[in-house]
Amino acid sequence: MTNAATTHHTSTGLDSRKMAFWAFIGSECLLFGSLISTYLVYKGRSVVGPYPHDVLNIPFTSVSTFDLLMSSLMMVLALAAVQRGDLKWAKVWLAATALLGILFLCGQVYEFTSFVREGLTLRTNLFGATFFVLTGTHGAHVTVGVVWLLTLWVRALQGKLTAANALTVEICGLYWHFVDVVWIVIFTVVYLIQ
Amino acid sequence: MSRAQGLVSWLTTTDHKRIGLLYFYTAFCFFLVGGLEALVIRAQLAQPDGHLVSAETYNQLFTMHGTTMIFLALMPLTASFFNYIVPLQIGARDVAFPRLNAFSYWVFLLGGLLMNASWVAGPLFHAGQLNVAPDAGWFGYANLTSRQYSPGPNIDFWLFGLQILGVSSLAAGFNFIVTILNLRAPGMKMMRLPVFSWMTLVTSFLIITAFPVITVALVLLMFDRFFGTHFYLTSAGGDPVLWQHLFWLFGHPEVYILVLPAMGIVSEVLPTFARKPLFGYTVVVYSGVLIGFMGWGVWSHHMFAVGLGPIADSVFAATTMLIAVPTGVKIFNWLATLWGGQLRFTSAMLFAIGFIALFTIGGLSGVTHAAPPADLQQTDTYYVVAHIHYVLFGGTIFGLFAGIYYWWPKMTGRLLSETLGKWHFALMFVGMNLAFFPMHLIGLLGMPRRIYTYSPELGVATLNLVSTVGAFLIGVGVLVFVWNVWRTRTRGQLAGNDPWGGATLEWTIASPPPVHNFDVIPTVASRLPRWTKTQVKAIPAGAELAEFHVPGGSIWPLVTALGLPVLALAPLSHTLPLAFVGAAIVLLGIYRWAFEPFEV
Repeated sequence: MTNAATTHHTSTGLDSRKMAFWAFIGSECLLFGSLISTYLVYKGRSVVGPYPHDVLNIPFTSVSTFDLLMSSLMMVLALAAVQRGDLKWAKVWLAATALLGILFLCGQVYEFTSFVREGLTLRTNLFGATFFVLTGTHGAHVTVGVVWLLTLWVRALQGKLTAANALTVEICGLYWHFVDVVWIVIFTVVYLIQ
Repeated sequence: MSRAQGLVSWLTTTDHKRIGLLYFYTAFCFFLVGGLEALVIRAQLAQPDGHLVSAETYNQLFTMHGTTMIFLALMPLTASFFNYIVPLQIGARDVAFPRLNAFSYWVFLLGGLLMNASWVAGPLFHAGQLNVAPDAGWFGYANLTSRQYSPGPNIDFWLFGLQILGVSSLAAGFNFIVTILNLRAPGMKMMRLPVFSWMTLVTSFLIITAFPVITVALVLLMFDRFFGTHFYLTSAGGDPVLWQHLFWLFGHPEVYILVLPAMGIVSEVLPTFARKPLFGYTVVVYSGVLIGFMGWGVWSHHMFAVGLGPIADSVFAATTMLIAVPTGVKIFNWLATLWGGQLRFTSAMLFAIGFIALFTIGGLSGVTHAAPPADLQQTDTYYVVAHIHYVLFGGTIFGLFAGIYYWWPKMTGRLLSETLGKWHFALMFVGMNLAFFPMHLIGLLGMPRRIYTYSPELGVATLNLVSTVGAFLIGVGVLVFVWNVWRTRTRGQLAGNDPWGGATLEWTIASPPPVHNFDVIPTVASRLPRWTKTQVKAIPAGAELAEFHVPGGSIWPLVTALGLPVLALAPLSHTLPLAFVGAAIVLLGIYRWAFEPFEV
């Protein structure tokens, strides 16, 4: 890993990798925007059940939402630790972020399997199709984030995550917070406003 | 350019100039393939009741012609200039992410090859014929693309080919946004950027916002075809119109993704050969930006025939007529640039002027579609085919050829022959108008597009024959160009730094430029650095050059890219293990890439 880019002068003063990542997040907004729009367009148009109110478990999902929000807090702490060169706490907070991410994914696996047991699959109706594709795409993003966090954690264990490459953690954090914010929108649109 | 020789040096290159050339030659080959497809189509339609190819093959020909020209020829040809020229124009040593740039190219190449493999993949799928190419038109309307109506692998090739190509475009989009915003030479303020670089920036923003939308459309189609969902099937409450909305939400910005770079090229070529600064630089830039924004608000004009209701139709009619305003502004600016200039009618200049004339015609027929009552008469007729070809052939291709003649000496060190260039222009200009102007009439007389043959009673036989003659004239024009390129390799006149007297930074350095482009990064004090007194200063003799680092190559972008077609082959061939192999290759590539000792 190098961070030659941080030492280079750029026209805007903003690091190139960070700028690229912000552009990537902008692009991702359109991706999730299209999926959420599809969900909204097809809301209430399923011709057979189960319908959202039959299967959605708001208390359970509230807990996993809280879990994901807490992971964002851990991410902030991890970045702060890396920035002040505190490798010990960086390891702890990175591991905690990844663990909470894994916990969220476990919740999603549990949720998906219980829906399937209640008779809701991709093919059942439009609700099933739009729900699984939207939340599944989000879950895939969380999975990528967990792999990324674990990679950083291993780098920290190897002692190679120093304050000089805090930017790599910061960019991972941007991604993690973005995925978190998307979940808040999905939670609101899919679960809370039925 | 890098002096390293041999295959490996090209497979691992991260030099934006080499990648630009790779883009050019690859895209030009795809352009020839797409052109060949067009010629077969025109040969079939030359006479009524033509039966050169079957209806099935004809469907594949027009689908692949459109898809190839848009995604494999025009976009990558513009990308070739983004790559080669933009870093030179802004005074940079390379793009912001050289390896990502290589990745974009390899993904484009592999995606294009995968899609075109469908021409010969029939036996693998026991299809009973050689060609199983996509056959639902370049905008693949649901429910033609559903498993029920298209059980073969045809649509799957299209579906996965386009998803892979989207990855390439997105990666390039991020790269060029950051390159243009962040790697400008000192003093190169945004309002000093050459117009071509500006239009590259706008195009890149359109790419990174439009491609996620088509990705979602394609993912939903993939779920419909492979996992039994009903996104586009009315039987379970779904709606095929959703596809149209998602596709055109991408598709209309895509039109500007194709045409804005050509507008940028023309805005470079005209001032150079009129010996005048571009008239109203600021207005040209802002109208380009405005087109970028407004391009997002007109998509439903592709769908007037769907019956979206009078309110939606009126709104989209109004926005569509409005978007003609910034486009018209640009045309007047170009004309004013020519006015009173010392015009030199080089091949590049001829193509640029051809662009203005033909694009104006295409723009005008576009405005006629903007009125829903007129559009209802034109939808799915040859009138629309005439319009799109005036815009994308008369517009984008003429703009691109202007760029090719203009920048060829910079890219290869040798000037293309002007005599052959003028022959090329004349053949193409006459051929283009012969081929596409009659299509307006053919369409208004009632011939639908995408019909594999037609009866003599329709009364459009002569017009169709004229159109076919025109198409073959274009073909001859392209051959003249290929011959020009071939002979220029060895016999072309050496270009020197600046054969045209251009105003921008790329003309301050050798042709082709050294691997690091600029010995000393120039400090820019004006929008036309070579035309102003305070132009870039020559390096004083004996000055010591600062050290700089030229990045080495990397194989990992290619390895990562190789994983994508393997991933696509898994559903195409219904072989699950391939998905794991593909994912493993991508992961390996990404990790080796991320942890490569590599400095930019």
